[in-house]
Amino acid sequence: MGIEIEKPCVVELSNIAVSNTHGEDSPYFAGWKAYDDNPYDELTNPSGVIQMGLAENQVSFDLLEKYLEEHSEATTWGKGVRNSSFRDNALFQDYHGLHSFRAAMASFMEQIRGERAKFEPDRLVITAGATAANELLTFILANPGDALLVPTPYYPGFDRDLRWRTGVKIVPIHCDSSNNFQITPEALEGAYKEAESMNTKVRGVLITNPSNPLGATIERSVLEQILEFVTRKNIHLVSDEIYSGSVFSPSEFVSVAEILEARNYKDAERVHIVYSLSKDLGLPGFRVGTIYSYNDKVVTTARRMSSFTLISSQTQHLLASMLSDKDFTELYIRTNRERLRKRYEMIIEGLRSNGIECLKGNGGLFCWMNMSPLLEKATKEGELKLWNAIIHQVKLNISPGSSCHCSEPGWFRVCFANMSENTLQVALERIRNFVDKIRTHTLTAGSN
Amino acid sequence: MTRTREPESKSKTSSPSSSSTGMKLIVPLQGVVQGRGGILLGSLIPCALFYFFQLYLKKRRRSNDKHPSSNPPSPSSSFPELPRTPSRSNLSSRGSLTGVRLSRLATTISDDDSAYYVGLNRASRDPYHKLTNPDGIIQLGLSDNTLSLDLIGDWMRKWGSGGDDGLSINGIATYQAFDGVDELKLALSDFMHQVMGGSVHFDTSNMVLTAGATPAIEILSFCLADHGNAFLVPTPYYPGFDRDVKWRPGVDLIPVHCRSADNFNLSMTALEQAYSQARKRGVKVRGILVSNPSNPVGNMLTQDMLYNLIDFAEDKNIHLIVDEVFAGSTYGSEKFVSVAEILESDSEYIDNRRIHIIYGLSKDLALAGFRVGVIYSFNKNVLATARKLCRFSSISAPTQRLVTSMLSDKKFIQDYFETNRNRMRQVHHEFVDALSKIGIKCAKSSGGMFCWADMSGLIKPYSEKGELELWEKFMSIAKINITPGSACHCIEPGWFRICFTTMSLDEIPLVIERIRRVVEVCKFSS
Repeated sequence: MGIEIEKPCVVELSNIAVSNTHGEDSPYFAGWKAYDDNPYDELTNPSGVIQMGLAENQVSFDLLEKYLEEHSEATTWGKGVRNSSFRDNALFQDYHGLHSFRAAMASFMEQIRGERAKFEPDRLVITAGATAANELLTFILANPGDALLVPTPYYPGFDRDLRWRTGVKIVPIHCDSSNNFQITPEALEGAYKEAESMNTKVRGVLITNPSNPLGATIERSVLEQILEFVTRKNIHLVSDEIYSGSVFSPSEFVSVAEILEARNYKDAERVHIVYSLSKDLGLPGFRVGTIYSYNDKVVTTARRMSSFTLISSQTQHLLASMLSDKDFTELYIRTNRERLRKRYEMIIEGLRSNGIECLKGNGGLFCWMNMSPLLEKATKEGELKLWNAIIHQVKLNISPGSSCHCSEPGWFRVCFANMSENTLQVALERIRNFVDKIRTHTLTAGSN
Repeated sequence: MTRTREPESKSKTSSPSSSSTGMKLIVPLQGVVQGRGGILLGSLIPCALFYFFQLYLKKRRRSNDKHPSSNPPSPSSSFPELPRTPSRSNLSSRGSLTGVRLSRLATTISDDDSAYYVGLNRASRDPYHKLTNPDGIIQLGLSDNTLSLDLIGDWMRKWGSGGDDGLSINGIATYQAFDGVDELKLALSDFMHQVMGGSVHFDTSNMVLTAGATPAIEILSFCLADHGNAFLVPTPYYPGFDRDVKWRPGVDLIPVHCRSADNFNLSMTALEQAYSQARKRGVKVRGILVSNPSNPVGNMLTQDMLYNLIDFAEDKNIHLIVDEVFAGSTYGSEKFVSVAEILESDSEYIDNRRIHIIYGLSKDLALAGFRVGVIYSFNKNVLATARKLCRFSSISAPTQRLVTSMLSDKKFIQDYFETNRNRMRQVHHEFVDALSKIGIKCAKSSGGMFCWADMSGLIKPYSEKGELELWEKFMSIAKINITPGSACHCIEPGWFRICFTTMSLDEIPLVIERIRRVVEVCKFSS
């Protein structure tokens, strides 16, 4: 075959098509490439790269499988009494979503919060994943050029989800280790002023609770301060609570919903909650996300906009069955929490025995690891250098804090729920070897 | 425990005083103007200063009133907003609004009260049911096909739960490729090959799968045009395009009017005219958007017309998007020609990188609930961007598996298509015939799920107003929801889109009877 010289394509594409606001060129995604090129496998590729950069929950998959095996009626069509079941489902074109599904989601969300907050099914808007939910809310709450305030460090995907198609900016609320990266009123005001100095209108604050990448819940007093701040500035609050079912101890998670209920929903029309089944239920492939808003206009508008991102009626039907089975959900939530806690303790202990400390976490699928003592230079470059070594020598894909916009270099997010316990042990062993090598090297270097 | 869900009235915090506040401000203002007399400008500036000073004092007074020890949640109608909302009318009405603002886009969307959506809403609130609600509204405004749903239902009952092995989530729980799994792409490629006449090969590497055709159109719009640019679109067109192309991508739709004299077929002269007029206005046209078979008319683009469109796009260096969602829903004698067929046969002469196809399973397979759409493009950059964008609109993994299984059952697909085509042909023929017997003629159509009916003789005045009044009569007297031509941007008033695929043969007399009721009323009143 001869060399084909392709004529240059003359027809133009949009700015969005040629921009890189999708952020997929950042190191966060580059690490994944290393994994994709050489993925670890216990048997077939034991020296491959272990994926610890993907926040996926595989620890409770067996519970889901068992449920489906024992409850085949969840997946059947029109059997038994409900003969119209299929017709309703496949014909469904309504962006309201199946009522049975919304009711089941609402009840599941209530269970996770220990029934301390009530959710009404008619305020739930369905979306194909939390990614779409966050983007959709941004389209509704802010105009292009406006800003959302987001505490750092934050989930790298926000750069794309909140900014790319919406044209909205992110102004960081700087948090640091001096107080365990908690959000402070000063930091909130600081971010707001920073936006003002850029002549940018702030439309809201977006928090993740429990936080990604910190793996820690936000304290009640801090939530109250944030609520006070957004009320005073007359802006919105989006609370992304997709890890709410992955908090190790049920009493430690306080949802903004509980605070609003306790104060009889005063000023609630500015609050919106995002949830999804991708993390707590380990079903990211199902593409199930929701927006819960206390604002009627937001609910109506979001519902109309959800036409672009609906959940398949088959999936809604299946999950409606599963999530309204309270015995199952109770068992699942309890077991999942326990298993995650065990994993967390395992990795924390393993790291600690190598002299590596982590932020005290209480939820999520990852820990926030402090490797700053190992940095040659306490800079972003130093961090990326260390990260490179970890990817290519230690063969672990972890996420550098700089990709999460952390202001302090040396922190890394390490996921622990997407692998078997054996693999986790292998990862810890590799870290031990790496740390030993650095320490020996430093000692040797120091003694010259 | 019951709880009302009405938006909390904001008036309780400050509205009772805000109108009198206004008065308190105006009075001193008048006083200053009168006191100064003489030069208007000399008095306006001090008035303005005085005005703002009053408000500043008011704001300070308010914050001092609260307990100094706690941070008070200010009422949402407090003044920090002032620089952005200087109009006095906002001040007085603020008490009745929910305080926190939404985006301009959100306001546009929530204000959208086109007949298309209003009709769907009203019909869904009082839906017709043969036994339980025989006087309810019959929904003929939604292009769904229930004629052959029994076949799909049968298949689902047999195989929809994974057969004897049951539904397994092994392999589908985790993150999948956002643009669709390979198995489904392969199955769709085969299916499209069948549907489009058996002569086109669809390459899976040119496919991006999305949660329905709706996001497919939106994503393509994001890829091909910037905010403020435009696509040319023949009228009448599918009302949903306004949402898919304009809302978030911000791309405008410039109508290219088609007329009944041409059976609403596109004229290249009209297309040229629309293009140059847009250019004169300084609007950047990025592409042409057509549906084939067309919605709402149901006519098809001839091979010649497709060549003309391709040439036009080449000449102007713009894109051509062809929405072929109804490709498999044809019942007439004309053969459907996909633009892909032309590209395949003439690949040397045509730059296919400017041509993009939209497809989906909502119409041809009646699986609207499953959300399965396809962007088919030959443009590598468009595909790369679309792949990244479809993370916001991916198909649920278990559904991908289920649909793959269904599409792979070739015998079933064959049976479905034959049966469905026959049923559609029958109902279409009967219905159009029955309509003509009561004096309503339809445009000639050979595909799609609707009749494009000429009711211009029944409207008075001969205008959009008259048309909407007739639409209301259909809704309230006949209790059927049909789509008025104005919702489809038709230039000639009086045309209505009536979907016939949700009626069984024996329901036709009932529908015709209801329509006849309105025809009588109109004749009587004229």
